[in-house]
Amino acid sequence: MPRRNVMSDPLARLGSGVSSALARFFLNFGRFWVFSGHAIEFIPVELVGLRGWRRLLPQCFYIGTRSVPVIMMTGTFIGMVLIVQGWAQFDAAGLTDRLGAIVVTSLCLELGPVLAGVMLAGRAGGALTAELGTMNVTEQLLALRSMGADPIRHLVTPRFLACLTLAPLLTCYANLMGTLGAFVVYAGVYGGDTEPFWYWITQTVQVWDLGSGLFKSLFFGGAIGLVSCYNGFHCDPGAQGVGQACTQSFVISFILILMLDLFLGLVLNGLYDVWYGFRPLI
Amino acid sequence: MSDNDGPIIELRGVSKSFGRQHVLDQINLAIETRKNTVIIGRSGTGKSVLLKHIVGLLRPDRGEVYFEGQQIDRLSEAAWVPIRQQISCVFQLNALFDSMTVLENVAFPMTENRRGRLDRDRVRELARRCLEIVGLAGFDPKYPAQLSGGEKKRVAIARAIAIDPPPKVILYDEPTAGLDPQRSDVINKLIRQMQATVDVTGVVVTHDMKTAAEVGDRVLMLYSGHFIADGTPAEVLRAQDPRVRRFAQGTAEPSDISSLLAEQE
Repeated sequence: MPRRNVMSDPLARLGSGVSSALARFFLNFGRFWVFSGHAIEFIPVELVGLRGWRRLLPQCFYIGTRSVPVIMMTGTFIGMVLIVQGWAQFDAAGLTDRLGAIVVTSLCLELGPVLAGVMLAGRAGGALTAELGTMNVTEQLLALRSMGADPIRHLVTPRFLACLTLAPLLTCYANLMGTLGAFVVYAGVYGGDTEPFWYWITQTVQVWDLGSGLFKSLFFGGAIGLVSCYNGFHCDPGAQGVGQACTQSFVISFILILMLDLFLGLVLNGLYDVWYGFRPLI
Repeated sequence: MSDNDGPIIELRGVSKSFGRQHVLDQINLAIETRKNTVIIGRSGTGKSVLLKHIVGLLRPDRGEVYFEGQQIDRLSEAAWVPIRQQISCVFQLNALFDSMTVLENVAFPMTENRRGRLDRDRVRELARRCLEIVGLAGFDPKYPAQLSGGEKKRVAIARAIAIDPPPKVILYDEPTAGLDPQRSDVINKLIRQMQATVDVTGVVVTHDMKTAAEVGDRVLMLYSGHFIADGTPAEVLRAQDPRVRRFAQGTAEPSDISSLLAEQE
């Protein structure tokens, strides 16, 4: 009886392709956690020494300060468009006074942190991957190791710390500008009453809303920092390798932001229900 | 300096593969103190891989690496630090840090991680002296992007010697690659000067026969994972092995020519 060639069987080929893709995924997943653990392990020593701060502060400037304009602009337009989309419905129900409060609540809880995270991933995350990827392909990471310096401590820990700590600050900017943008359209375009706009915001938006958004943004910032640095450190050689790593960084960061948002949203809402009970917004 | 006259670096039966590609196969090499050892070979034969084993950037699949009689191939990254303070590297692409000035690049090995913890002024003074040695006095505030290929290479050499005390070994990976003949000559003379003034052992990996002849006290040729020639530059140039002769004369292998002709047909 003639033997069947296993590889000619489409099912066998599919199985082998899936198993090798899974093996690659788990290998990268394991490597990522080892890499992340190594970066986090250096945080205390970096914060204690003066040299650690010398490495951290320029990163805060590149990652944080330079991201402020783009995040402010995004926040402003999102606040504006939410008023535009909500006005007709709230007007029909005679609830336009409450529209500002709803918009600001959704900004603080969801849109502010998620938008700031996505913009950070696009602007700073891509730049981090490109910078570290170029250092990788031009042997600068090897040079650091050959001089007895740990590349993860020197390059990853400060960038991770900067992303982690600045994501909540950038979220504050997005929230603030979103609120102002919403007010401008509410009062300037639709001629809504200004006093009830602010009154209902103070009555509806709680410290919990602002705090849970900022808490989520901590995770988003940390994920962006680690994913971007990991991809830079493990990119393929050449310009194409660096380019692919940048794209991959953004895509993975974006997906992670949404996944973390869902998971943290479930946990935080559950905690709120347990501690404070149901809260009607309108 | 090594305390004895034995080899400062020794590789015993070192093998290394990447997937199915066997790059080094049972390599034995003893590098003598205060001599320049040159490893020649075609591109992609594993010369740089061999160099990376000496400084612990790669670990052998089999075999051992010794530095001053101490086995170093199984050391942890932390245990490598004191060894790497004695072995400096000049990388093929120079590996200068783009975000730092020339002076900061040269001072980096001393500021970041060195024993003795020199004060800032002393570090700057030493870094400037290293730049003077390589003929780049006054280049302190420039950035790598503002330098020519030859200048970058000289900064990389200055960084390699910028350790207090100076390194015992400098590894040069293709030090003249991509440079014009005049600049290559400057780098060759600089490598010889390092040996004389800093009293350092040099290991040079190159495919440039002129560099091999000028800087080498001993030349070895790596071919398919083995050394097929070992001697003084003059001996290697006179070698009878056709593979060595063809490399020294810069003539292509018959197999390369036939594959080229086959493609044209």
